[in-house]
Amino acid sequence: MADEALFLLLHNEMVSGVYKSAEQGEVENGRCITKLENMGFRVGQGLIERFTKDTARFKDELDIMKFICKDFWTTVFKKQIDNLRTNHQGIYVLQDNKFRLLTQMSAGKQYLEHASKYLAFTCGLIRGGLSNLGIKSIVTAEVSSMPACKFQVMIQKS
Amino acid sequence: MAVCVAVIAKENYPLYIRSVPTENELKFHYMVHTSLDVVDEKISAMGKALVDQRELYLGLLYPTEDYKKRYGYVTNSKVKFVMVVDSSNTALRDNEIRSMFRKLHNSYTDVMCNPFYNPGDRIQSSRAFDSMVTSMMIQVC
Repeated sequence: MADEALFLLLHNEMVSGVYKSAEQGEVENGRCITKLENMGFRVGQGLIERFTKDTARFKDELDIMKFICKDFWTTVFKKQIDNLRTNHQGIYVLQDNKFRLLTQMSAGKQYLEHASKYLAFTCGLIRGGLSNLGIKSIVTAEVSSMPACKFQVMIQKS
Repeated sequence: MAVCVAVIAKENYPLYIRSVPTENELKFHYMVHTSLDVVDEKISAMGKALVDQRELYLGLLYPTEDYKKRYGYVTNSKVKFVMVVDSSNTALRDNEIRSMFRKLHNSYTDVMCNPFYNPGDRIQSSRAFDSMVTSMMIQVC
């Protein structure tokens, strides 16, 4: 199916576009990750508004996280999160053993240093989605071996 | 017919409020404002409810002595819709109100997904949203 590849291609172009403009001095160097993250934030807000239109009201925080791992992830990345762990005190770890945006690169450690640029958008996506559902959070990603990666969500209690 | 339609943000400030021009606008603002507490109360009570009762539509907010009824609806993103309905000559059924809210929600989602709209801003320049609200105000009268 062509429409599945479309998102991947668009995302790749977006990452390289942002980094190219950084080389030309349009964006401050080092701000690229933030820029990608902010793009993801806005997209996440819009997406969650659409996805939750026909769902029942969420019971609690865990219910929301489950929704992100199942429905949200399936729609965006065509698979569910493989493992969701929580300490029940506001920290959630979402583990994806075959993260779709990293599958295009060779598995293993060869491009490990470049992985963070391809995860920034997704971090923003999660943060934006949660913020629209009324949860403030900090989302970080870590990769030890491609294409598996972990997203850590820290809920900010207000 | 709907005489007033309001969209209230998560943080309880108005994103959009429109009422029929024939009556005092301030009165409607006041009506919507007083409804918000009831909306909050209903949501917190709903958290403990069973799965099938966790609907987005809240129903009639509270009975009033006059013919203007207030209905509420809260999206998953905690955005509140309040509608004041004039039922002096037509008794509207619950289902009709529910479908009106669904239409409003669909339009709101479209506004949210508009790249030129910043989440949290007032909805001012959306012609599609405006005309949808207008249609709701005329539709049933």
